[in-house]
Amino acid sequence: MDKMPAWADAVLVPLISILLAAILSALVILAIGESPTEALWLMIDGALMRSSGWGYTLYYATNFIFTGLAVSVAFHARMFNIGGEGQAMIGGLGVALACLFIPWPHWSLALLGATGAAALFGAAWAWLPAYLQAKRGSHIVITTIMFNFIAAAVLNYMLVNVLRPKGAMDPATAKFPEATHLPTFQDMFSTAENVIFRGSPANITFFIALLACVAVWVLIWRTRLGYEIRAFGHSETGALYAGISPVKITVVAMLISGGLAGLMALNTTMGEAERLVLNATEGAGFIGIAVALMGRSHPVGVLLAALLFGFLYQGGAELALWTNIPRELITVIQALVILFTGALDNMVRKPLESIFLSLRSKGA
Amino acid sequence: MTDTPAIELKGISKAFGPVQANKDISIRVMPGTIHGIIGENGAGKSTLMSILYGFYKADDGEIWIHGRKTEIPDSQAAISAGIGMVFQHFKLVQNFSVLENVILGAEDGGLLQPSLSKARGVLKHLAEEYELQVDPEALIEELSVGHQQRVEILKALYREADILILDEPTGVLTPAEADHLFRILEGLREQGKTIILITHKLREIMEITDTVSVMRRGQMTATVKTAETNPEQLAELMVGRKVLLQVDKVPATPGKPILEIENLRHVDDQGVERLKGISLDIRAGEIVGIAGVSGNGQTELLQVLGGYCHATGDIRVNGTPIDLTGKESDGRSRRARGIAHVPEDRHHEGLILPYTAWENTVFGYHRDAQSGSGFLMDNAAIKAEAAAKMERFDVRPPNPNLAAKNFSGGNQQKIVLAREIEQNPDVLLIGQPTRGVDIGAIEFIHQQIVALRDAGKAILLVSVELDEIFSLSDRIAVMFDGQIMGERLPSETDQTELGLLMAGMTNGQEKAHG
Amino acid sequence: MDLATILQVLDSTIRLSTPLLLACLAGLFSERAGVFDIGLEGKMLFAAFFSAAVAAFTGNAWLGLVAGIGASLALSAIHGLASITFRGNQLISGVALNFLASGLTVLIAQTWFKQGGKTPTLEDGARFGEITLPFAETLSGVPVIGPIYAELISGHAILVYVALACVPLTWWVLYRTRFGLRLRAVGEAPDAVDTAGVSVVRLRFTAVAICGILCGIAGAYLATSLQPFFSKEMTAGRGFIALAALIFAKWRPWYALMTCLLFGLLQAVALRFQNIDLGAFTVPVQVMDALPYILTVVILAGFVGKAIPPRAGGEPYVKER
Repeated sequence: MDKMPAWADAVLVPLISILLAAILSALVILAIGESPTEALWLMIDGALMRSSGWGYTLYYATNFIFTGLAVSVAFHARMFNIGGEGQAMIGGLGVALACLFIPWPHWSLALLGATGAAALFGAAWAWLPAYLQAKRGSHIVITTIMFNFIAAAVLNYMLVNVLRPKGAMDPATAKFPEATHLPTFQDMFSTAENVIFRGSPANITFFIALLACVAVWVLIWRTRLGYEIRAFGHSETGALYAGISPVKITVVAMLISGGLAGLMALNTTMGEAERLVLNATEGAGFIGIAVALMGRSHPVGVLLAALLFGFLYQGGAELALWTNIPRELITVIQALVILFTGALDNMVRKPLESIFLSLRSKGA
Repeated sequence: MTDTPAIELKGISKAFGPVQANKDISIRVMPGTIHGIIGENGAGKSTLMSILYGFYKADDGEIWIHGRKTEIPDSQAAISAGIGMVFQHFKLVQNFSVLENVILGAEDGGLLQPSLSKARGVLKHLAEEYELQVDPEALIEELSVGHQQRVEILKALYREADILILDEPTGVLTPAEADHLFRILEGLREQGKTIILITHKLREIMEITDTVSVMRRGQMTATVKTAETNPEQLAELMVGRKVLLQVDKVPATPGKPILEIENLRHVDDQGVERLKGISLDIRAGEIVGIAGVSGNGQTELLQVLGGYCHATGDIRVNGTPIDLTGKESDGRSRRARGIAHVPEDRHHEGLILPYTAWENTVFGYHRDAQSGSGFLMDNAAIKAEAAAKMERFDVRPPNPNLAAKNFSGGNQQKIVLAREIEQNPDVLLIGQPTRGVDIGAIEFIHQQIVALRDAGKAILLVSVELDEIFSLSDRIAVMFDGQIMGERLPSETDQTELGLLMAGMTNGQEKAHG
Repeated sequence: MDLATILQVLDSTIRLSTPLLLACLAGLFSERAGVFDIGLEGKMLFAAFFSAAVAAFTGNAWLGLVAGIGASLALSAIHGLASITFRGNQLISGVALNFLASGLTVLIAQTWFKQGGKTPTLEDGARFGEITLPFAETLSGVPVIGPIYAELISGHAILVYVALACVPLTWWVLYRTRFGLRLRAVGEAPDAVDTAGVSVVRLRFTAVAICGILCGIAGAYLATSLQPFFSKEMTAGRGFIALAALIFAKWRPWYALMTCLLFGLLQAVALRFQNIDLGAFTVPVQVMDALPYILTVVILAGFVGKAIPPRAGGEPYVKER
């Protein structure tokens, strides 16, 4: 029998882990001579108390939903895709090429085209590590790490040597044409007398991210492919017995994962910067790991975790603006969340299990 | 012989959560004897030995070694107390040499060279004394299973163990290797070593032990002198009631051949030929049992037939050949051709343990029309059908939402059986149908297999339990070293003849290889 | 290309290889014991900051080194706790520690020094100076051999020689001592070690600690010798190149030396010549940057010799029969 109810494992363990991460983060803030409560208040104020703050929070959350889903899908097939960062970079390249070289008549068509390009490029970047894992047994964690660095070199080369407009100094593409500019939340939700989300980068891509959550949920829990992905993740020998091809599942799951990571570029590159810059991903590929771990690889969990990290990012930016706490505090929090939910989860789970066991024996 | 036992256990108890693995166990083993501990799977033998070797701490009870009360908190303490253990699954470093494995943990000083030289000498001496020849410089991965086991014994002797525990030592051995092992054990007994032999094979107990203890459901039910007992009595003590050796069934009326296998060959990843030209027919309404010591190609045969292991040769189902290497050689294509498969290992193959029971009832059939339409699965329909299947196969508890890992072994097996039999296949492959299954479920499972036969299906049964082969099969084929040594009718053969075939001997002649 | 240029490139190869080599050997100890460590980068970064910070405060490079080792060991302890004691996911733990180091170093640097995440530039005593080996002066006049000895072999910081000495030392420990035998065994078959009465936990913690010490030296070298200060993200992926080198070297010490020198050479060449003109076409600098990773993928793919990691690597040890 299970030692504790499924809901406790799914909800209590991550919640306690986050609590531990929060306490440690508060101690870090104290240690650098600032007040944790004031910091928290500043973060809430900057990220949630104004529509423009929400505009940033949701903008960041959009990135993290995509990368979190990417890591989750791979997790279901028991693969650790650390390559979200590289896949998102190459996805950005796809977006840039689609926006720059295809004369789109309207942003909606451009969005469709760029979505395809982003997913395709991201998936393509995940293909070789997946293939090598499936066919040659090359450890996917290592190959995807290597591919992150190779992606950075590719992007660097493309931006410096190929796509940089003549005479421009910084390694970036030209501005995308007007017709590819996506409607922001400000465009969509403001009225003439009441402007909301002013100047914030949240854009229509957020809704694509929500759609992606639904799509991943259907994929994993309602389709035959999802059944196979999860079965393979639980037991490779079982998959073989059932006629599920490990090679196919490994490759397909990674292609989906890479495609989702690539989609992130829609938000940063097409939605916000409107050109491709060198550091478009800003580590969001890695935050996907934290988001997937915290969200238990479930789209609802991923959405909630992505919103939390969106809040942390926006709040962290506010902190850096108004206090002496640098933005890197968020990196620390992110590290603690990954540590407690992904690596030290047994430290949390074991005591919980014994509590539930003793409760049960008392009840019995 | 003195009166002080080499090992005495007093009232050992150990519980894992609600499961009482060992309950108030007491035994005395005199020095210079071989003491057998016999019991079914899950009777608590292994737990008891783990306590003796410091893997688990007993909740209650005392261990006395040579008349001294001894605490064994870890393996180091067991070794110091003179206990050596040969595990069922060897504890060897595969890419180390024999010497390195022997000295590991028993080195003299910080530098390796002196230890290696010393061990080389000791090993030479031990080899001569106990027939434990093995090349000290060979890597473990290059050695046969029998030789690897010798290394395990050498490890214990090198540590000057005078009490040697062997856990199911013959499970992986050929009969010839097993005989050699017994000669070694007899030699050790002559030198005054005390040996505890854990097994579930009555024959071994009768052949070599001086005294024997029987365990059942965590308790020691009896300790007797081997000379004063017989296999029937031990079997009864083991299972707690008369063993049902005969399954009720009418004589088979085989029809036309359904499954035809011709010259089947398989070479594994290491380049070892595991199937060396198997030919076998199975007709409608017939159970063909494959007897053999495990590891002689039975697993590979099932996997090839099940579609997830490549091979050469011919297999025909209902007269049409099936694809052995190409696109159609996977489990799904086999199922489409009417071959259902209850695999030997339900934990790693037959079930996805974290999946719910209902998800498991379509495992392997999840792409069929019965499981949904298009890309989607019809979870509600599967769940409803699962509840009905579980009802029909008496799965307890009949809750389709429970994860497979939460069912007992017997009920897990019933879930697999329900899934495969309800597909109404032409051919049923079934491996170790009752391994780790409680007695009550065994009868039910056997009845289901016979019922399927009576419905005119072809059934291939693989089992290492000779009793099971005898009671279920209409025809018996014996496998040894990737070949079929011979086919017999159960009415015209006996355990002795099959035992010889299983050992690779035909007409009293041992085959040249092996 | 003249001898002077070649010597310059090779000299810089040795400097750049040193942190790779130390981190690579660090990973070797950990992974040989069955604990995967993709947190080499974070440990180096952590050590780099604390060594530079303490060296800046005390003006003593040696104290900086000690602090760097201590900082790296602290992260090792967390990694050990997660992957050995609590049997967590070793890869995820490594990822987390990389972020922890990346965030905390800047956070603390900003709090202590208020220079945007940097430490002040270290003065002479606070950094490891170059050591002139005996006869370097006298021999420098001799053609070819003289400059090679004087510039290439002599004239490095002490930590460079420490790193080089670690190669034969690692080999000796691994293959000639009881500890090495047990270390290799615990990475291949921890159950064999356990049943032989040796503590798996203690062995693995020892290995992880050695990994911490070596990463500590590597980090200290970066911030007190290769450069005289700490700056944000100054490890710049070296931990991952070291990881790549470890795989490339198939977890063997002498191969590790060779691989790290090769990868160091790539970095030195990329630093010295931006784009390399091969006549028919130019090799862009990005190719040089990506080459270590590409080579590692090729090796991992098994097209050029198979890299087989320690069998029990990445798996927490659970006692079972």
